[in-house]
Order: sequence, then structure tokens, then C-alpha cells
Amino acid sequence: MTNTAPAGLKPAKLTHETAIEMIGVNKWYGEFHVLRDIDLTIARGERVVVCGPSGSGKSTLIRCVNRLEEHQKGRIIVDGVELTNDLKRIDEIRREVGMVFQHFNLFPHLTILENCTLAPIWVKKMPKKDAEEVAMHYLTRVKIPEQALKYPGQLSGGQQQRVAIARSLCMSPKIMLFDEPTSALDPEMVKEVLDTMVALAEEGMTMICVTHEMGFARQVADRVIFMDQGQIVEANTPDEFFRDPRHERTRLFLSQILH
Amino acid sequence: MSPWNDPRVRSFVFQGFLILVIGFLIYEAVDNASDNLRRQRIATGLGFWDSPAGFPISQSMIFYSETSSSYGDAFLVGLLNTLLVAAIGIVLATVLGFTVGIARLSKNILVAGIARWYIEIIRNLPLLLQLLFWYNAVLKALPGVRESAALPFSSFLNNRGLFMPKPLPGAGFDYVLIAFFVAVAAAIGFRIWARRRQERTGLQAPVGSVTLALLILPASLVYVALGGPLTFDVPTAGRFNITGGMVLQPEFLALLFGLVIYTAAFIAEVVRAGILAVSRGQTEAAFALGLRPNLTTKLVIVPQAMRVIIPPLTSQYLNLTKNSSLAVFVGYPDLANVFTGTVLNQTGQAIEVVGITMLVYLTISLGTSALMNWYNSRKALVER
Repeated sequence: MTNTAPAGLKPAKLTHETAIEMIGVNKWYGEFHVLRDIDLTIARGERVVVCGPSGSGKSTLIRCVNRLEEHQKGRIIVDGVELTNDLKRIDEIRREVGMVFQHFNLFPHLTILENCTLAPIWVKKMPKKDAEEVAMHYLTRVKIPEQALKYPGQLSGGQQQRVAIARSLCMSPKIMLFDEPTSALDPEMVKEVLDTMVALAEEGMTMICVTHEMGFARQVADRVIFMDQGQIVEANTPDEFFRDPRHERTRLFLSQILH
Repeated sequence: MSPWNDPRVRSFVFQGFLILVIGFLIYEAVDNASDNLRRQRIATGLGFWDSPAGFPISQSMIFYSETSSSYGDAFLVGLLNTLLVAAIGIVLATVLGFTVGIARLSKNILVAGIARWYIEIIRNLPLLLQLLFWYNAVLKALPGVRESAALPFSSFLNNRGLFMPKPLPGAGFDYVLIAFFVAVAAAIGFRIWARRRQERTGLQAPVGSVTLALLILPASLVYVALGGPLTFDVPTAGRFNITGGMVLQPEFLALLFGLVIYTAAFIAEVVRAGILAVSRGQTEAAFALGLRPNLTTKLVIVPQAMRVIIPPLTSQYLNLTKNSSLAVFVGYPDLANVFTGTVLNQTGQAIEVVGITMLVYLTISLGTSALMNWYNSRKALVER
């Protein structure tokens, strides 16, 4: 690691190799400067929680990792592959990076099982039987194998989000991105999704998670990153972050979400 | 509680009253009509069906003669002409509508702009005006026979219609057709085989290009091997007339153009709405899973868009079929023109003739609806 990121932006576990490296990343939506000079290195196996007020660029940050959004300046290197306009590389990275969305985005015209086997069959060119075995394995892990033949519309929000996690895992990603995975859920369903994510974290998956679930951050995160106005304001271990936030903006934000 | 305040009693009384009123109106109408028909000495019943029609029809798909054919034959000619223009119209309007609808969403500003203006102009002008435009301002304004515009493939266009070579299948042409249909069967078989193999081994096959090759190659090879067993009766321009070949009359062309171009503008909007109805999140989820854009379209967008598209598409098909009765304004001999036009005039039996025509349109429309509803129910989303 040659970049001279300030303390806190370096991974907590330096013994691991790098999973994601962002160097001087900038992005604009028209005139709006949504990401400003982002420097961030994430180690393999690291769990990072990103928080911040709405419009701070945290979702955009993780959407740049698998090229759902294009960055205009700087470099992003994922799993040793730099993101450029090369479609082959984008494909390569998307195969390694799974993503879970706020609104689940399950395919409503396919059964739960078909949702999980679609990409393995068409992208990994897996035989259907093998893909179904893999899918059932992950559906069992998120504790809903019995729903396999139902359609997304027949499931509760929490169940749908767990299916979305299983669907991503079926591609055996090395990195998982979570974009506010519990924000659209009824309160009583948040826990089942968080439990699934905790289990995943305990297995050593590299995770970046945009969330305001500070309990989750305390429990599993190696680092918590606070973003505001397109910048990384503060990054620290959860202990330090919650006990002694350095910046005024962080303190203000925490006082607003931790009642 | 007074029984009058009981909603069940109330609704019973109101409905009973309504039935009485409707029954009385129907009785009065029937009584009046039969009374008037008797007084004017207009025959009732379907006795006219087998009487000689005695009027010519300019376009007929079956044998029809002014002197020997009956009103029943005229009905059949009209019905077939309606079905012809509706069937061809539906196919062409679907192709054009989907093309324009997708073009409207293109990132290419020029393509999207042309599609947008096409839709805005065509959709907002009355269909009758457009039919009159195509017939009077375009097709009838074409040069006369002597100044026919020569088109490729020995075709001619003039104010009497589009003259084209007429294919005359020679000996052995059956084998070309057989080769073609065998190839179609083979293409279907290949699809099934490719799907099964993908399920088994995960390998994907180039289904599209193989299908295309199968549709073209075998029939062409047999055709060449047999020395081209298809000749054409080519239209030739004489001094006063064009002889030979076959002709699409301007009445038919005007109606077809008008219906296709008008309906396609509506279908384009239906298609655009259907594609836009699939949320951006679906595409993003598919991309995030590593699906390429073309696979995303095929596996995620189109199946969902079709569910939104099919119901309004059905009503556009029905509109096209019903609008074909505007044929009377450009002189195309469709069912409404021949039957509720000439036959009604000659027999004077308005009730029977209009009634039969209504039944026919109802049958066509309800048949189309039933077919599309069946298709829709197979594709509908399962919720709860």
C-alpha cells in the first residue's frame, strides 16, 4: 500500500491483502459534487460500516465499487482489477462483488429459487441442477428453504431481503455491498436481516454496509466511516467512533440518531 | 325500524322497479318497430340471404359474381375483406409500434426525436382525416397508368394501385415448402435441445443464429437444386393498362396504411410505458449479479414489461379491427361497407343487417380478447 491515506482510512487489519482501493475518487451529478477526493482502502475480510446524513454520498460511494455509478476522477481498484470503461473488467468485478439493495429488487416474475439460480445459470454457465443445489444451500442458510417455490410478492419484506442476500451469495462473491438493507423494513423484521448479515460477517466476508443500525456497527464492524457532503469526515474503530467522535459534524449526527 | 330503512328491502325494491322500467322500454321498442315495419311493408327475417345480390364488389378473396352471387356471398366477401385488413394491420402495427416505442427510448437524440414527433402528430389527428389523406392526397394523387412509377422487382405504382409480380409455383415447388417447414420444425427442436442441454451442462448455444440459418438455408438450397421452380407473372405496362401480375388496390392500401400508422403510434406509447414500468432497480439488480445488458433485457426487462403491455395492446388490436369499418370512406369493400352499406340499402332490412354486423364485430372482438386474456393470465404476476 503506497498511498498516504491519513490514519483511520487505512484498514484496521493490515495483515490482510487489499480488497478495495479508492484513490482520489471524485464524482459529480451535473453540477452537484457528490464524492470529493475519496481515499479509502479496505482489506480482505474487513467489515466496514458507512453512515452519514442523507445526500452525503454514502450510497454513491458503494455503487461506484461495482460500477452502477461511474466515477469521473481518481482510481478504484477492486480485487486487483482497476475499474475502467473496459466492459470485460466491469463484468469481472461484478462477478466478484455482490450487492443487496434497500428495496430488495428481487425479480417479481421469477420464483425465489429462480431468482437465485438466474445469474449462476446465465453468467457462470452452471447446469440447472447444480445451480439449484447452490441456491437451496444458501436459502437454507438464510433460513427460508421452504419458500423456494413461492414468488417474491408472497413473502414479507424481511424474507425478501434475506432472499436477496442468498441470491447474491449464489454467485460466491468475494465482497458484499449492502445499501441500507434494513431501511425499507418494518421494525420487527430488521433483526432477522441483521442476524443474517452478522452470520455472514462472522464467516469472514469482506463487507461494506451503508446503514444506520449502530448496534450492528458496534457488533461486527472493524471500522465505521462517517460521510458528509461527499467527504469522508471520520473513520475509526467502532469503540473510538462512538465513545469519542473527533469531529463536530460526527457528534451532531450521532446525537441525532442515537436517542 | 321501518322496513323502508332496511338496505336489503330498499335495494330489492329499487332493482325490481328498474327491471320493470327496462322491460317496458324493450317491449315498447319491439312493438313499435314491428308495427312500423308492417306499415312500410318491409320484410322481416333472413329470407333475403339467398337472393341474388346483383351488385359488384371491387375486391374479393373468394369467387363472387355480380350476376350469380347472393347476399350471403356478399356478406362472406365483406367479412373476409375485414379479416384480411385487420389481420395484416395487426401484424404490421405491432412491428411498427414496437419499433417506434423502443426508438422513443433510444439514447440517440435524433432517433428518439423522430419517434416522439411521429407519435405526437399521428396520435392527435383523427383517423378518418388520416384515411382521407392517404387515399385522396397520396394514393389517388399518384400518376395515371401511362406515367406509372416503376419500382424494383418489376412493380408499378399508379393511381390504380400497386402492381406486383404474381408468384406462380411450378412443379417441385412443394419440395421447397416442405424443406422450409421441416427446417422450422428443426429450429423448434434445436431450441428445446439447447434449453435441455443448458439445464444439464450449463453450456449455451447460439439459438438465434442457428434459427435464422435454418429458416433461410434449407429452403434456398432446395430451391436452387431444383432449378428455381417458381416463376413470376410479371406485370407489363401496356398503352392503356397494365396486364398480368397482381394488384393491391389503392382503397385497400389507404385503409391499411391509415390503420397501421395510426394504431402503431398508440402501440408505441403502450410499449414505452411497459418498458418504463420496470423499475430501474431491476436493471441494477441484474447488473450487480453480473448479467450483461442483453441478457438483462431478455431475462428481466422484457418478461416484466410484457405483463404491462399486453392488456392495453389487446385494446389497440380491438380498436384497429373496429376502426377498419371506416373503410366505407375510402371505398374498401369491408363488412360494414358491403353489408351495412349496399346490402342494407337494397333490402331495407336495417334491423337484421345491422344486428348481424354487430354480432360479427362482437364475435371478432370477444375472440381477440379471449385469446389475449388467456395469454395474459399465463403471464400474470403471482402476488400473495
